[in-house]
Amino acid sequence: MTDSRWEAVIGLEVHAQLATRSKMFCSCPTDYLGAPPNTNVCEVCLGLPGVLPVINRRAVELTVRTALALGCRIARHTRFDRKNYFYPDLPKGYQISQYELPIGREGRLEVNGRTVRITRVHLEEDTGKLLHAGDALETAGESLVDLNRAGVPLMEIVSEPDLTGADEARDYAVTLREILRAIGASEADMEKGQLRAEANVSVRPRGSTELGVKTELKNINSFRFLQRAVEHEIRRQIRLLESGGVVVQETRGWSEAEQRTFSQRTKEYAQDYRYFPEPDLPPLELDPAWVERLRASLPELPPARRRRLVEQYGLPEFDAGQLTLDAATADLFEATVAAGAPPKQVANWIIGSRPSLAPEHLAELIRLVVEGTINREQGLQVLEEAQASGRPPGELVRERGLTQVSDEAALAGVIERVLAENPRAVADVRAGRQQAIGALLGQVRQATGGRANMKLATEMLRRRLGS
Amino acid sequence: MERHLAVIEREEPRIGAFLRVTEDLARSQAAEADRRLASGEGVTPLTGIPLAIKDVICVAGVETTAGSRILSGFRPPYDATVIARLREAGAVFLGMTNCDEFAMGSSTENSGYHPTRNPHDPSRVPGGSSGGSAAAVASGEAVYALGTDTGGSIRQPAALCGVVGMKPTYGRVSRYGLIAFASSLDQIGPFATGVRDAALVLQAVSGPDPRDATSADRPVDVLSELEAGVEGLRLGVPREYFQVEGMEPGVKATVERALLVLERAGAELVEVSLPHTDYGLAAYYIIAPAECSSNLARFDSVRYGLRVEGENLLETYLRTRRQGFGPEVRRRIMLGTYALSAGYYDAYYLRAQKVRTLIARDFEQAFLHCDAIVSATSPVVAFPLGAKLADPLAMYLNDVLTLGGNLAGLPGVSVPCGTSEGLPVGLQVLAPQWRDATALRVARAYEVARD
Amino acid sequence: MSLTAEDVRHVAMLARLGLEPGEEEFYAAQLGAILAHIDRLRELDTEAIPPTAQAVPLPARMREDEPRPGLSQERALANAPAAREGYFVVGAIQEAEP
Ligand SMILES: [Mg+2]
Ligand SMILES: [Zn+2]
Repeated sequence: MTDSRWEAVIGLEVHAQLATRSKMFCSCPTDYLGAPPNTNVCEVCLGLPGVLPVINRRAVELTVRTALALGCRIARHTRFDRKNYFYPDLPKGYQISQYELPIGREGRLEVNGRTVRITRVHLEEDTGKLLHAGDALETAGESLVDLNRAGVPLMEIVSEPDLTGADEARDYAVTLREILRAIGASEADMEKGQLRAEANVSVRPRGSTELGVKTELKNINSFRFLQRAVEHEIRRQIRLLESGGVVVQETRGWSEAEQRTFSQRTKEYAQDYRYFPEPDLPPLELDPAWVERLRASLPELPPARRRRLVEQYGLPEFDAGQLTLDAATADLFEATVAAGAPPKQVANWIIGSRPSLAPEHLAELIRLVVEGTINREQGLQVLEEAQASGRPPGELVRERGLTQVSDEAALAGVIERVLAENPRAVADVRAGRQQAIGALLGQVRQATGGRANMKLATEMLRRRLGS
Repeated sequence: MERHLAVIEREEPRIGAFLRVTEDLARSQAAEADRRLASGEGVTPLTGIPLAIKDVICVAGVETTAGSRILSGFRPPYDATVIARLREAGAVFLGMTNCDEFAMGSSTENSGYHPTRNPHDPSRVPGGSSGGSAAAVASGEAVYALGTDTGGSIRQPAALCGVVGMKPTYGRVSRYGLIAFASSLDQIGPFATGVRDAALVLQAVSGPDPRDATSADRPVDVLSELEAGVEGLRLGVPREYFQVEGMEPGVKATVERALLVLERAGAELVEVSLPHTDYGLAAYYIIAPAECSSNLARFDSVRYGLRVEGENLLETYLRTRRQGFGPEVRRRIMLGTYALSAGYYDAYYLRAQKVRTLIARDFEQAFLHCDAIVSATSPVVAFPLGAKLADPLAMYLNDVLTLGGNLAGLPGVSVPCGTSEGLPVGLQVLAPQWRDATALRVARAYEVARD
Repeated sequence: MSLTAEDVRHVAMLARLGLEPGEEEFYAAQLGAILAHIDRLRELDTEAIPPTAQAVPLPARMREDEPRPGLSQERALANAPAAREGYFVVGAIQEAEP
């Protein structure tokens, strides 16, 4: 994507909202989406005078799980720090975050066979939201503050600048999302703001080992936008450098409407966050035995599972990829195969629309189709009924008399009748117009009330017409 | 209770201990207490006893301002944990007492509202920052009071007003609902006329609180050994504490006489050393301002408090915080911001934290040789209003004997031990962490031996 | 270490404290005097000394992840200098370009 003289150097900072029920340091619920403004708040997350934070154990646990899944070293001693700055969506005038001693560091993530190094995984709290009149920050005469989101637990995952292109940056984020979902750390829905990516982008002459001046891309809320924004930014920097300009270190936003990044530099007062240890919270000791228990409880992660599904069940890469989009789908696949259905058939039945059926029942249904007791169409009908009633497919098939007609004698009678009634179609087939067979088969299907074993009927019809 | 409201009415024009008297609340709580006492249900040693509350401790629905203009009109929607516990115990709230703004000061002259005067001599300060609480108890306006102590803000005004004041071990009393000055140093504690009453109050308000992660899950029993005396106890006399800059000879002599009283009561006096005493003030005046600079960032005019509107948000921030905070608070915010800022963190903040380690180790070493440490609480008696206002450093020196206890997290009691130039002098008893009972026991033994 | 008027301006801006004309010099002198006392910390060799952020060792007490309702919107906004339609209202976030 870059021209041959330049290469891009990209690092990603991803913030993920953790899948907890309550906020990071108070007991307010985290399901603030759609709630009226400032109804999901208490004295703690409003930052009223006198309040104190108390750590949500589950948030720590989910962060440790994530750090483990990313192969990080887990800190034995960790702690929270204060990051001080003024902004109206930050109630206390500081964000409780982790600076010197993050929960996890030095991990890695495989993206399309390449290893991207993870610098750190740490835990912090989210800010509230600002609404600007007309949504134009620059011109709004006033802003409205909603603190429902303030204090929601956020995990920050920072990569090393190991990514080399926009596609890879997107794939990194997608892979990360898969992992977060697989371990239940975050729902990681970008559209809902549960996953937010910031990209640090720079370019340098190919082969150079020095880093160029980077820009920071913010406000990206979909994987597609991430890919486009990075791609655009790389091109912009190359154009700038080739025309003798220089890249300015700054924060840039992405305008989807205009398909370009734009400078968000405001009149800045040198940022100086004055980090220091949060005195309201004792340091956090992570018991190695607890960490080991968490490690043991981690599920198989999507990339590894994908590889295994291909090897163990002989599935195509595509099927394995679809099945591992979430853990529940892959679980259903494996359980259904274990219950005695052929893997490729199970994959066909699951991909696209995951049935909500017990694996034993799904296996039974697939067997009924594979063995020819019912045809695929009937199978879909039974599936629907089984999902609604929860009853075993075999029972439903018997009860409804749905078994397909596979008896050659019975089918022969039907076929003769159809041939007699459709002399023109028969003539067409004989004249070599093969598609006319379809019309005859349709008649056979109709005549049997949809119960004909169509594979057998096709065979017999071809034999009878010598086509 | 009506009697105390009458004393308040009589004394306030002379002393100005209160910022707000909550008469209606007090009357309804007193009525409730009477019902409890009549039925005998829910009666505790504090039921029906009126107290005064330092204006930095949040009382739901009652204006709580931390003595600052920036919080003028602020009514917390919640109770501090200590307040909830006192309500539970059937206490009667007389009102909110004056203090140095955000508890920063040693004279209660930094109040955003008015200074408080010393009941023993209204031309003099009551000490601070909990000067209103100390003066309310000393004048008989309240039976007891709550204060907070970050560098001596309970013990020093107790000494200057001639009452008992106690700072518990850090973590003994929940800080939830205490408007923070310096989070790693602040503790809430009681004022009373005698040690026993102070111990009863501490017993009622202390103990673990799920809302304060720095409150300790430790059993609290400060009463059982209160009357055990000092026979057989070793009391450490730190030589550095008798040589501090500005120690008044009258104070030194009065405290030395008090030590002899303790010796006659059976204590063994041993000399101990706190070699880093000379560095305590310097470490304290980095750590406390650093924490305060962050704690006071929330006063941004968005959700509560004063707003002085500017052309844009930045201007509003600048104007509000310029006008809302008094000079001492601004000074400390700037000092703390500087100490944490890029390029100065290691030289100031980190170094101060290391010196804090050395000071805590001094105490650990000293306590290997003694059960408690005794000294003057303040090097000076109450000084005239205005005497030290122009010289911040001179004001800070009032705390040299108390702030070590905060840096090391120790419990400390100040108990009246006589007068110098006709003004009260306090004896300070410091004990090892969690030995609050020992500090109170020694103070009580002195009280008994003195009388 | 002495403090310049420029240092005071920088620190005051970080802390969002407005300064009146002439206050830079005043605070530079006053804070300088306090820092002169504080500079005695340099006399100590603290190289090998660990820092103390909290003097009393306390185990980290964590909360279970159980949601509880907080304040009503009315109570949340009760102390606000300016509120509208359930929001806190603040002035223009950015200054107009000069
Ligand atoms: Mg972050
Ligand atoms: Zn909350």
